[in-house]
Amino acid sequence: MTGRTWLRHLAFLLPAAVAVLALTYLLPPFRTYQLATVGAYLCVTAGLTVLTGLNGQLSLGHGALMATGAYTLALTQNALAGRGQWTLLVSTAAAVVVTTAVGAVIGCAAARLRGPYLAGLTLAVAVVVPSVTSTFESVFNSDQGLSVALDPPPLALGATFPYERWQAWLSWAGALLTLFLLANLVRGRFGRNLRAVRDDEAAARLAGISVARTQVSAFVVSAACAGLGGALFAVLAQSVSPGAFPLTLSLFLLMAVVIGGLGSLTGAVCGAVLLVALPAATHSLTDAVHVSPAVAQRLEGNLPLAVFGVVLIVVMLALPGGLASLGRTLRRERPDP
Amino acid sequence: MSALLRVQELTAGYGAAPVLHGVDLTVPAGTILAVLGANGAGKTTLLRTLSGLLRPTHGRIRYDGTDLRATPVEQMVRLGIAHVPEGRGVVTELTVDENLRLGGLWRRDRADARRALTEVYDLFEPLARRRHHPGHQLSGGERQMLALGRALVGRPRLLLLDEPSLGLAPRVTAQIMALLRTLRDTTGLTVLLVEQNVRSALSVADQGVVMSLGRIVARDDAASLRADADLRHVYLGF
Amino acid sequence: MERFLFLTFDGLSRGAVYAAFALALVLIWRAARIVNFAQGAMAVATAYAGYSVASATGSYWLGFAVAIVAGLLLGAAVERVVMRFVDHSSPLNGVVVALGLVLVIQAVLGMLYGNEYRPAAAPFSRSAFQVGGVALLSRFDLFVFAAVSAVVGLLGLLFTRTAVGLRMRAAAFAPDVSRLLGVPVAGMLTLGWALAAAVGSLAGLLVLPTELGLHPNAMDLVFVSSFTAAVVGGLDSAVGAVVGGLVVGLLLSFVSGYLGATVAPMAVLALLLVVLLGRPGGLFTRGRARAA
Ligand SMILES: Nc1ncnc2c1ncn2[C@@H]1O[C@H](COP(=O)(O)OP(=O)(O)OP(=O)(O)O)[C@@H](O)[C@H]1O
Ligand SMILES: [Mg+2]
Repeated sequence: MTGRTWLRHLAFLLPAAVAVLALTYLLPPFRTYQLATVGAYLCVTAGLTVLTGLNGQLSLGHGALMATGAYTLALTQNALAGRGQWTLLVSTAAAVVVTTAVGAVIGCAAARLRGPYLAGLTLAVAVVVPSVTSTFESVFNSDQGLSVALDPPPLALGATFPYERWQAWLSWAGALLTLFLLANLVRGRFGRNLRAVRDDEAAARLAGISVARTQVSAFVVSAACAGLGGALFAVLAQSVSPGAFPLTLSLFLLMAVVIGGLGSLTGAVCGAVLLVALPAATHSLTDAVHVSPAVAQRLEGNLPLAVFGVVLIVVMLALPGGLASLGRTLRRERPDP
Repeated sequence: MSALLRVQELTAGYGAAPVLHGVDLTVPAGTILAVLGANGAGKTTLLRTLSGLLRPTHGRIRYDGTDLRATPVEQMVRLGIAHVPEGRGVVTELTVDENLRLGGLWRRDRADARRALTEVYDLFEPLARRRHHPGHQLSGGERQMLALGRALVGRPRLLLLDEPSLGLAPRVTAQIMALLRTLRDTTGLTVLLVEQNVRSALSVADQGVVMSLGRIVARDDAASLRADADLRHVYLGF
Repeated sequence: MERFLFLTFDGLSRGAVYAAFALALVLIWRAARIVNFAQGAMAVATAYAGYSVASATGSYWLGFAVAIVAGLLLGAAVERVVMRFVDHSSPLNGVVVALGLVLVIQAVLGMLYGNEYRPAAAPFSRSAFQVGGVALLSRFDLFVFAAVSAVVGLLGLLFTRTAVGLRMRAAAFAPDVSRLLGVPVAGMLTLGWALAAAVGSLAGLLVLPTELGLHPNAMDLVFVSSFTAAVVGGLDSAVGAVVGGLVVGLLLSFVSGYLGATVAPMAVLALLLVVLLGRPGGLFTRGRARAA
């Protein structure tokens, strides 16, 4: 990795940061909040793109990893509550560290599994982990979950500084940092190893790449991203509960990276936007058509699922070669320097 | 003698590039045609196209008056066409008996299917002894017998045989060739015999064709082919 | 001791259901080399269909029959309309498409029936009757055993004793050779999916009354338990799936009984992890890499 790559990525980063900053002043509070949510999702989809797109490992457990991050943040933050703005940094770091550790454990198992076995194991993680909150009720408070004690925005920003804008800043700081680090990572030797292992394990092994270590590292990196995303989620919602991390969330994340375009960080951005925009769109749709509130509620909750599912199936069937060809197409279009 | 199989300008292959370039063939009923040629000449591809596993991009296949180009593979056996694929195609997870029964499952005449099964067991003594063994426990020769026997359970009229001698002892090869001759003479079976073992093939065949790079480069009586020194030297290497 | 006996029988009864569900997974795996991750959602969908018919007609058994038939049809439809067109060069493709189906099915169910639990009726009493002063089994448990034994027995007969079963096995092991022998391979695959989905539906009907009831996500955990059962059995082995189901059922029952119900899901996860990492190939098949 050369210094020039860093600089080039920085050159992308700064305008993006400025654009987000501008948006937080232009958008109404609700939209700003949605923007913040996109940022939180982006951390996760970017990490998942590295794992599934570049390394070929399917994970259905990223919702559970997000939950790990979110609960860690909540517990740490509540323990440190009221000591100042810096505590958020500490608890976010704690969230990333704990999730990374959990990811390393899953990753070690994952590195020995392939295809449906890996999918099954991570699915089990996604289904089982929320039930941990009931097992250790005294810590996690079961289905009710925990509220997160957060400080107001720093006084230096002014007394009337909107909270959503502060949230968007926090979440995009995390998202852009994640993108920057990942972009540099995948352009370097690590990225080449990831792709080599995905394309042909035997060949990668012959080339002296440690397949297992590469796969575990990919899982660790993407778990760290999911931990950060989960922590940001907790900050945005100001609470955590197992209901916020159902299996569907894990599936949504996977769908987002597949539909967004597997294997590129741009695709991860599209996926994150989709994750927020699609439910919002169905919301406006159900608002527009006049149906009873009960029906509207059912539609609102389920229409995005249906759309995601259908789009996913169509994408997979329409592409000869499936996931792999999606990765290849993208690689052809964006050759490595 | 009427032709049972007539192939005209057959072009077929995998993906974009064709492997067969306009193959013409006529096989009279009740005869054995040896298809010879070096590795990669397109012999297997020819058989796969005839039995429908591959679809031709061009040309005609007429079998007993009907056009086979659009006939589904599943239908071939009902028309009397049996294809014993290269590498024998024994279903190794099934027992010998199950493999053999599979060969007659499509038949309406259940009684005759059972009779044919008994005949095959009589014909291939080792198969009867290993009746309930799974296919993966058989030796190469036994597998060849099984694959051939399974085809015979269907009482075919046209047998497409892809390298039956592959990996077999000369004595077993000779037995199989003798069996083909007997079946031709007693039941009027027509055989397309793909072989690397040129001597054995030409010893039973009535006619022979030589393929090279997807084309037929020579055709003649088996006896003449045996005698043609140039041809042997250039294409068949002996 | 009494508690131990009770938990054992309870575990076997649960295990029988997991066995049936795992068997359905194994059926499709053997036929198509796909782990049908949509099987739980498909089973719930047919259970809802049965529920609708049962509440409209007042007859549990009519609903039961409708659910099973719906399973046959849904299984066939999923294979014909979707799975047939999946590219099988990578096993991930089938997994992702199945997950897409999960989303679609759960969403449709949520739209039609709402996302709250509905009571799932049991055809027989679920209170255990006393044997020698010990409460062991309910009539419903007996029904579960009978139904699952019947299904296992019938499937066994189908595959080993009938022509269709022979065709189905041949088509799965060697599609090209089977076609050359006149076996309609595509039809056999559809039939395999239909049968598997119907068995899945039956398992759903047997398990839902013992859980919280009908809900679009009601089978998520059952799927994980049954997948574990199938993996314990080696994913390729029907006998293994049955034994695996019983093992998982007993484990869940003992863990719930002695350590608390909320620990049970983690025990399943632990078992899955241990088997996947410790016994590649499952407990009942020869060792093979989990490459699939
Ligand atoms: N599945 C396939 N995909 C692409 N090309 C193929 C395939 N099978 C065979 N070919 C190519 O087609 C050509 C003819 O192959 P074919 O198997 O018909 O030869 P053959 O005459 O049977 O040779 P052999 O005597 O070695 O069996 C070869 O060049 C081969 O590389
Ligand atoms: Mg060949």
